[in-house]
Amino acid sequence: MRLLLIFAAVPLLAQVTHQRLLSPEKEPGNWLTYSGNFAGHRFSPLKQINDQNVAKLTPAWVYQSNSLQKFETTPLVVDGVMYITEAPSHVTALDTRTGRTLWRYRRTMPDDVRVCCGQVNRGVAILGDLVYVGTIDAHLVALDAKTGAVRWDVTVADNKTGHSITVAPLAVKDKIIIGIAGGEYGIRGFLDAYDAKTGKLAWRFWTVPEAGDPEAKTWAGDSYKRGSAATWVTGAYDPETNLLYWGTGNPGPDWNGDVRAGDNLYSDCLIALDLDTGKLKWHFQFTPHDVHDWDATEVPVLINAEFRGQPRKLLLFPNRNAFYYVLDRTTGQFLLGKPYAKQTWAKGLDDSGRPIRLPGTSPTVEGTPVWPSVAGANNWYSPSYSPDTKFLYVATRESGAIYYFGQADFKPGEQFNGGGFRSIPGEEEWGAIRAFHPTSGDVAWEYKLFTPPYSGVLSTAGNLVFGATSEGQIFALNAATGKPLWRFQGGGTVRSNPMSYMSDGKQYIAMTLGNSLYVFHVQ
Amino acid sequence: MLWWTPFLLFQLQQPLDIPDRNPHTTAADIEQGRRLYMGRCAGCHGPSGDGGKGANLAVPSLPRASADRSLYRIIRYGIPDTEMPGSLMDTHELWQTAAFVKTLGKVTATPITGNTKNGEQIFRTKGTCLNCHSLGNEGGRIGPSLSGIGARRSATHLKAKIETPSSDVPANFRLVQLTTKAGKSLRGIRVNEDTFSIQIRDFSGNPQSIWKDDIAQITSEKKTNMPAYRDRLSETEMNDLVAFLAAEKGAQ
Repeated sequence: MRLLLIFAAVPLLAQVTHQRLLSPEKEPGNWLTYSGNFAGHRFSPLKQINDQNVAKLTPAWVYQSNSLQKFETTPLVVDGVMYITEAPSHVTALDTRTGRTLWRYRRTMPDDVRVCCGQVNRGVAILGDLVYVGTIDAHLVALDAKTGAVRWDVTVADNKTGHSITVAPLAVKDKIIIGIAGGEYGIRGFLDAYDAKTGKLAWRFWTVPEAGDPEAKTWAGDSYKRGSAATWVTGAYDPETNLLYWGTGNPGPDWNGDVRAGDNLYSDCLIALDLDTGKLKWHFQFTPHDVHDWDATEVPVLINAEFRGQPRKLLLFPNRNAFYYVLDRTTGQFLLGKPYAKQTWAKGLDDSGRPIRLPGTSPTVEGTPVWPSVAGANNWYSPSYSPDTKFLYVATRESGAIYYFGQADFKPGEQFNGGGFRSIPGEEEWGAIRAFHPTSGDVAWEYKLFTPPYSGVLSTAGNLVFGATSEGQIFALNAATGKPLWRFQGGGTVRSNPMSYMSDGKQYIAMTLGNSLYVFHVQ
Repeated sequence: MLWWTPFLLFQLQQPLDIPDRNPHTTAADIEQGRRLYMGRCAGCHGPSGDGGKGANLAVPSLPRASADRSLYRIIRYGIPDTEMPGSLMDTHELWQTAAFVKTLGKVTATPITGNTKNGEQIFRTKGTCLNCHSLGNEGGRIGPSLSGIGARRSATHLKAKIETPSSDVPANFRLVQLTTKAGKSLRGIRVNEDTFSIQIRDFSGNPQSIWKDDIAQITSEKKTNMPAYRDRLSETEMNDLVAFLAAEKGAQ
């Protein structure tokens, strides 16, 4: 009898096929990829928790991580099992109803790990019966989904030179796509695809050229050798175009542009790559010759919609540089761009989408105040698109920074920043959850936050948007109106994205807060 | 207010080998350090380092950084739970800044001419300072504690703050006035705030916490409740009071 109950509670793990990853809407109780679907929507079709009952949401269970690093993971849920990552590169499988641990993968890190911004990890990918994690020491590891045993472990790059992995991999077809971090170490950036079964490298796309490449002309001298353009946030995939859409990071060094005159391709770009070959189909550069560290490493959102009377395949991109972009994702054509938060660095965008820079906005030794701040108007944390309301939701930051110009002497394995930044004294920073009409960039509604957020949003078919504050609350808003409906104070800062799943017929909302993962339900 | 803001992105790891002595102390290093300091540090510590929002650096020995290595670490990593942030300057620039900071302590501070005994008298009577500030085991709860203030702030800075206190108010000493939907009025010092609530210390010294949903009207002023003493005290009285506070080094 007892045995029967266990079988009833934990269904046998079925293989996660590419077909399943292509149609997550057919199994809304699971959360199979980082963004919930390949289009980057972070939308849950579940509506058991909705605008009528969300006020009764309470914690069902809490999982406490032993790490004091930032806890940025998005859990994946497959058939009653949740897979999370914990800093620096651990993986833990949990029972979705009780929060109890099913297995752990613990990785020993060297003492002198080189990483700019905390030993963080944003999540796993799953395909077949394997779970994939990128590690801070720049390996890609495949684990047995049922036991956590290592099936294979490949070196993606050398951490001694500042390469690390924080991004959640993307499993597509027969490949595992994994990006690299290290934009503050003057690395040569790339995006990799590995054979999902064997771990053999299928292709590598270099985001920074080598001598002789036409793009090398966009870098003064041999400055491309330290060009960075890391790929540290999970992108999107469109099975119809068979293209991967991925954002690239800042050029190196961050704030000293004098040593790298030129547009610095492919830094701060959206790159569209053929999934099978890794060949570049098109690119769009948001911030040519960036001197403010405005990585274009945000999550691209893919929708099909009518744009100026024509049905089009669109790519939506609220950029860290405070401009909102709409591109045609088949061709890369620039369709729309406008500021969506305070910015003081560009007069606007020209017809091709290139920024018209204002003078006096570059970093100086004495410091130059510019909006947005280094953390940007948006960052790695996820936006959400609801096919119900047809709004794009973005956790927006309203804040500036003083940017400093500094020396930029390159030594492999040491930070290569060329300056720095600090907050503007006396500035009243704030933030907002904004709902945008995606094809116009107009704001439908706004919910103000006391300080700028550093966490993403989830929309659901229950007419809800979930988000969080830097002061420790997770909250729910009415997706149509922005009206606040529920909140919970968890006593830590939130640095992650919410997701939702169903287990035993009950819907849950999950999000990390401080050093714990909170899972909520309506009793 | 958000001292950790720079650490949203950049968390600096501690290197294993910081030299004991500053390796970059030439005149050219100090000059470059001065430029770096003016851009990054002077906003809080003052152009001559005698403090302001930040601590007084124009002292012969820095309380938190008596050695080169500890000074380097503070400039590099900041001081947790304070408004002192870390810095992304490269190693050479950090040492140059440290070299310049060390020169600040060699400048002779403006001599304190006041009489500390008279100053204590003014502190306790005419100045009514203890109504709001505490000193050791006595005093009020409205303003910040003045225990050991002379070890943290220079006489020049103390004098400026007493004369015109509203010139630079920290975010957690803002004056807030609000009316609740139930008609209750409340005035006090903002001690904390988030998207949904605000915490105030009222003028009886009691903490109050209010949901923003319950607030009908709220105003926040970038000034303090402390009166300007420029016209309340004579020049001699002011110097005496400053001398008393500058000599208040706290429990040693």
